[in-house]
Amino acid sequence: MSTTEANPAPASRTGGRADYSGLPRWLYVPAAAGALFVLLPLVAMVLRMDWTRFGELITSESSVAALELSLRTSVSATLACLVLGVPLALALARRHFPGRDLVRSIVLLPLVLPPVVGGIALLYTFGRRGLLGGTLDVLGIPVAFTTTAVVIAQTFVALPFLVVSLEGTLRTVGQRYELVAATLGARPSTVLRRVTLPLLLPGLASATVLSFARALGEFGATVTFAGSLQGVTRTLPLEIYLQRVDDPDAAIALSLVLVGVAVVVMLVTNRISQRALTWA
Amino acid sequence: MGLRVQAALAGRGFAVELDVADGEQVAVLGPNGSGKSTLLGILAGTLRPDHGRATLDDTVLFDLDARPHRWRPPHARGVALLAQEALLFPHLSVLDNVAFGPRVAGRSRSESRALAERWLDEVDAIEFAGRRPGQLSGGQAQRVAIARALAAEPRLLLLDEPMAALDISVAPLLRRVLRRVLAGRTTMIVTHDLMDALLLSERMIVLEQGGVVEAGPTGAVLQHPRAHFTAHIAGLNLVTGVLDHGAVRDPSGALLSGVRPDADGLAEGEPAAAAFSPADVSIHAAPPGGSPRNVWDATVTELEPRGDLIRVRADDRHGHVLAADVTPQSVAELDLYPGREVTCAVKAAAVTIYPI
Repeated sequence: MSTTEANPAPASRTGGRADYSGLPRWLYVPAAAGALFVLLPLVAMVLRMDWTRFGELITSESSVAALELSLRTSVSATLACLVLGVPLALALARRHFPGRDLVRSIVLLPLVLPPVVGGIALLYTFGRRGLLGGTLDVLGIPVAFTTTAVVIAQTFVALPFLVVSLEGTLRTVGQRYELVAATLGARPSTVLRRVTLPLLLPGLASATVLSFARALGEFGATVTFAGSLQGVTRTLPLEIYLQRVDDPDAAIALSLVLVGVAVVVMLVTNRISQRALTWA
Repeated sequence: MGLRVQAALAGRGFAVELDVADGEQVAVLGPNGSGKSTLLGILAGTLRPDHGRATLDDTVLFDLDARPHRWRPPHARGVALLAQEALLFPHLSVLDNVAFGPRVAGRSRSESRALAERWLDEVDAIEFAGRRPGQLSGGQAQRVAIARALAAEPRLLLLDEPMAALDISVAPLLRRVLRRVLAGRTTMIVTHDLMDALLLSERMIVLEQGGVVEAGPTGAVLQHPRAHFTAHIAGLNLVTGVLDHGAVRDPSGALLSGVRPDADGLAEGEPAAAAFSPADVSIHAAPPGGSPRNVWDATVTELEPRGDLIRVRADDRHGHVLAADVTPQSVAELDLYPGREVTCAVKAAAVTIYPI
């Protein structure tokens, strides 16, 4: 919400120029520098791009393989995040249990953990000689350095995004509608299906988009845990990292594809969270 | 049958025992923090008391004195709650909101909608059936919420200050609707509004500090209040003490003479109350001569417009705050202002004495 929207004064309709912001004028210098700092690298990339080759570069065999693998694994990881994260967010938001704050901190750890550390941790959990690796091997499900490993790595880093944003939505919506539903005779599962989840939908959509974006951009944990096999574990970010030496133009082209995805994600989440506000 | 509840929750200083007969409407009143919300929470099943037992018709809502404990979850109680805010599900149409109860009870979609239409018609809200809750005004939404609660066929209906969040102009219509649909339904109405108690309840219970201080037919309780809170909402002055030669002697020793219209068998020294209306209290700049036998010196604490009159509150420094209704002309003539020393008087004939 911008200050012009919150300000009912008629002056705000004249483009906000008449508003008193209370900010010293020198402050706009570092503020502008900050905005440029983010914008400039993107511009640099666009300027450096040889647009005549753009189509050819992003449709090369290795690019298409990486793009396809990235989409496939990111969608799978997002689904895994939903299956695990929605119940987790509900439990964290609605149930007071001993050690809840501890559980929340641990779940959110991947947000602040260097992804490469996450990759190492996953390696020693699901890897051949990891905690569960032996069991998985016996069951005939090798994980390390397979596409499954990519999905696991992406889920690991994206899950906290889903949980943290969903928990916030749940707290905003509150429990009052659920209580009404219960006194109308709805069992807990019915309340979840017919009241909680529908009310959560806008928040859920934006949380899903966010975790999809995080999964799509995942690099460190993937390269550590899953390696870089073309068509198997070499996702778009890995492909970009490899191409940056051999064919910088291809790296830039693929990077711009990811920038495009990021922009779309931002627009969609903004739109959805505005709609969510009208319900709260 | 009906509702019988006895429950204690030490953490909130709550210990209440009460019942609501089958088909009876009971109003529960009390100051803030008196335990009204606790009572509702315990009955709806969102709050668990330390001890106690409650039954609704032939169903045990909870029995925490039994081993093992019995505790019926909110959805299995047949207790519907109507809160201050309508809380219509924003993602469902008005019709589907009302059909929610029948649906989750296992009825078919068409049957549920037919029932919902009937209940919407009952609360004069059928024309909103196709709308979204966001398109309704507060009063319209609250009527839909009533229909939704009733469509769930609850055996006990809890109303939590149903008019409190509404514009004052729509309350009369809503009260009329409630009065019609509540007839013959076991209902508990928590309110701080005298009009709700008068128009919607047959019996009234007053809570203070987590306990029942007064209970009885609404009219009788309001006419002969025992608690100061009740007297306050009934708009009466109340002095409690013991009977002393036909007058009430309060703990400070002050005597208040009055009449005893009922053959109540009240004996000397027994607890008694004296009630009188603010309209019967007169205010004088100096002690009056003539007939009034009840005269106090007091300090004006507050002046507040009330219709055509001004309500004057005056403190006699013995723990009584008297209310008196006087005309604006008197206020001007007597030069009344907070802090002004005055003499208050009420004729014995205007004071009713009754046992408590």
